[in-house]
Amino acid sequence: MKVTRRQFVKGGVAAFTVTFAAPEFLTDVARAQGAHVRNLVVLYMSGGNDSLSMVIPYTDPFYASRRPSIAVPAGQVLQIGTDASRKALGLHPRLTGLKQIFDQGRLALIQRTGYENQSRSHFLGTDIWSTADPDNAQALGWVGRYLDSLPSPVDPLVGWNTTGSLPHVLQARTAVPAIANPAGYSFSSPNAGAEAAAERATALRIASHVPVDRPELAFVYGSSRAAMDTLDRVASVATYRGSPAYPNTGFAQALQAVAGAMSRSVGTRVFYVTTGGFDTHSAQNVNAVGGAYFNLMATLNDGLTAFYNDLRNQALLEDTLVLSFSEFGRRISENGSLGTDHGSASVMMAMGGRVNGGLYGTAPDLSPDPRNPTLENNAADVRYETDFRSVYAQVLENWLGTDSVRLLGGNFRKNGLAFV
Amino acid sequence: MAFPSDRRIEHLLRRAGFGARPDELAYYGEMSVPQAVHALLDFEAIPDAVDDFIAQPGFVNTTIRGQFLPQSNIVDARQRWLFRMIHSDRPLQEKMTLFWHNHFATGYTKIAGTLGAAEAARYFAAKPSTDPARVQGQIEMLRENALGNFRDILLNIAKDTAMLVWLDGRTNTKAKPQENFAREIMELFTMGVGNYTEDDVYAGARVFTGWNLARPGAAAAGGQHYEFVYNAGQHDTAAKTFSFPIYGDGGKTIAARGAADGMQDGIDLIDALAASPITARYLATKLYRFFVTEFGAVNVNFVQRVASVFLRSRGDMKAVMREVLLSPEFWDESAYFARYSWPVEFVVRALKDIGWIGFSVNDALTPLSNMGQILYEPPDVAGWDTGPAWFSTGAMLARMNFASTIAFNQKVKLVSAVKAANASRTPDALLSYFSDALVTAPLDGGVRSEWSNYLRATGAWTGSDAQLEAKSSGLVHLIAGSPEYQLV
Repeated sequence: MKVTRRQFVKGGVAAFTVTFAAPEFLTDVARAQGAHVRNLVVLYMSGGNDSLSMVIPYTDPFYASRRPSIAVPAGQVLQIGTDASRKALGLHPRLTGLKQIFDQGRLALIQRTGYENQSRSHFLGTDIWSTADPDNAQALGWVGRYLDSLPSPVDPLVGWNTTGSLPHVLQARTAVPAIANPAGYSFSSPNAGAEAAAERATALRIASHVPVDRPELAFVYGSSRAAMDTLDRVASVATYRGSPAYPNTGFAQALQAVAGAMSRSVGTRVFYVTTGGFDTHSAQNVNAVGGAYFNLMATLNDGLTAFYNDLRNQALLEDTLVLSFSEFGRRISENGSLGTDHGSASVMMAMGGRVNGGLYGTAPDLSPDPRNPTLENNAADVRYETDFRSVYAQVLENWLGTDSVRLLGGNFRKNGLAFV
Repeated sequence: MAFPSDRRIEHLLRRAGFGARPDELAYYGEMSVPQAVHALLDFEAIPDAVDDFIAQPGFVNTTIRGQFLPQSNIVDARQRWLFRMIHSDRPLQEKMTLFWHNHFATGYTKIAGTLGAAEAARYFAAKPSTDPARVQGQIEMLRENALGNFRDILLNIAKDTAMLVWLDGRTNTKAKPQENFAREIMELFTMGVGNYTEDDVYAGARVFTGWNLARPGAAAAGGQHYEFVYNAGQHDTAAKTFSFPIYGDGGKTIAARGAADGMQDGIDLIDALAASPITARYLATKLYRFFVTEFGAVNVNFVQRVASVFLRSRGDMKAVMREVLLSPEFWDESAYFARYSWPVEFVVRALKDIGWIGFSVNDALTPLSNMGQILYEPPDVAGWDTGPAWFSTGAMLARMNFASTIAFNQKVKLVSAVKAANASRTPDALLSYFSDALVTAPLDGGVRSEWSNYLRATGAWTGSDAQLEAKSSGLVHLIAGSPEYQLV
């Protein structure tokens, strides 16, 4: 039976009746002996990423002709070779760090990912990518369902969401904490000393209640309880500073917290980070330093590169898989506002120490012929080649070690997708 | 401190306002329920002088950096709106303004990135009475039309400067139609997803071609400004066909018309969307969730009735809200405390309940951000994720910590109030005093005795000022930070 969001709220009580257990810490000794955990970092690029400006088919004549003002000049792309269809591809010129990671074989680019009748709505589209369920976009998140499948009791820090509110990907019966800033994640008091301690003890005791037959109130209690139970472990991450230093963007700072949680072994397995601003309807400005899309690439590149190098320096790279998604790609032809409107299939990225890097799938042929099989919508948008659920299935089976058929409600395994 | 009079009046003011100050409880407490509803609805009868009280003694403080400039500084605009939520004598007008802000969700940062910070604040918060070019910011327009006609609001929004930047209408031209606004007006502002097709989006984009911005006015004295212009030369004059009726006779095609008259295309589409029974149900459902209850399934009878008032009255929001606030669903016991408070609702109610003298609304802005709500900065055009989504662990901590901040800020005043009410003699007297002042949803079993134990936890009861300061503020922190207090 599928659990809807409404049932999730209604059924929330039962979910919170489990006893939270201490996390399984992986000791430094164990790690030194070669033990590994498997962390998943889900990266949401919000707004609908124009992947044709990120992984660029720069030799396709229609790339330049359909994007007269926003195409990246062929001479400027960072060449990454050709894919199975012999199409030459290049990364956006600002992705210098990701290019190095690609060259090291630790970045996989999965081209033309999407689904049939892809939604062009930000909200429905995000729901579908988050649930892996185009027919029931109100379902729990696909990663949330994975967390719910773990043997209980589930530790409240098993998931860590670096944004202020719970993303749909992580919606689960398991409460996932939102820790936008570990330094602010503390319990304050109008008093000091013994009085403050008495308040905290009282708040903790009350938060341990599980209201009966009042699921909505029980939900708030569950958040309260999860907050109180995670305070001390999160405080241990607040002081973490990675090496090399992280840029001062929200995205990079979130990644630093993720690295801190891994480094301090707080027990988290699934993280969620996001970087926004991809809804580039106007003044997309792909090429100019400081332009809108150029900046998006800068934020993405610099955050991910710092994270990658920090993890490598700490020997945590092999424990980590970053998987990106966006709600849709964008229209092939630029619009009159020097931007691009909502489109269809896009590129997913997988990065990590055990990723088999390279190009997966084939790039679209951008010819505006309506019969062009790699496009759809009268050749206006990129047509999907790999169902995004096949990518999820690969992650669920080969990284998280669980049965994808059960969690995705169908068999989406696909050959040739062994990026991890 | 506020104290309960009539449970029903409190329920009404939590929903149709932001909780109640003591003087509000006294004022509405003398009325019958229907009288109170009508007093809230007919707010034009009450003078709107609240902004004049900013920086006056007796009101919540604002923090002024040089000059207080809400029309050109977004932080000041946020302070002013919070001030209004606390002190306006037209609570329903503020509540509906917030409802519309979430409905037509427009974010400051994109506008500031395009037009600059000061101009962006202007297109949200400027008041015609003080603007050199009589610009009316989006939120001021929504406030003026808070209980006005839905079709007028929709037309104003389509011509709103901030919206024309936010959803890129300013660059919508016949050569390159822009789909952003056309999609969202159908998906989010009127009918909802699933009730239109992709082809409708493309046709809608063409309908609004030429709905752009101009920059008239003299450069001197700030007269230069952006405003809506219908740019006939950029309008696509060909016919546009939709999958749903545009005209009363069921016609689905907006016929080709000359460029000079082409603005009528957009008005025809707006009229059709505003008069659609699908829109009526979409709005009625949203009003049910905002004003009546978020718990359980949507009540179909309510939606039917409110939608039919909407259609009969041709979108008169005052008639619609009268139906909502007098509905049996609104007054059903099960609707009491059956909503998850929004962060601004929680913050404003806590200030009204606990006290505001000596507190600056500026110091609520970072906590509100940590709770997930920055006014004038909804996360996207769909507005905020409401209901349980407000209650992530981090946001819950931010609420508890705001309760701590305000309890600390009001420490001394809490003691005076307790003494004046003769509630300092025993821990239980103190507990009764504060649990009357901060009304919550029915407490889970045992919570009250935990609070009582807390009052006895750190030593024998002496009633000394030092003990009263510690225990009053500690208890207020625990109550306002409790899960039960988060429901409204």
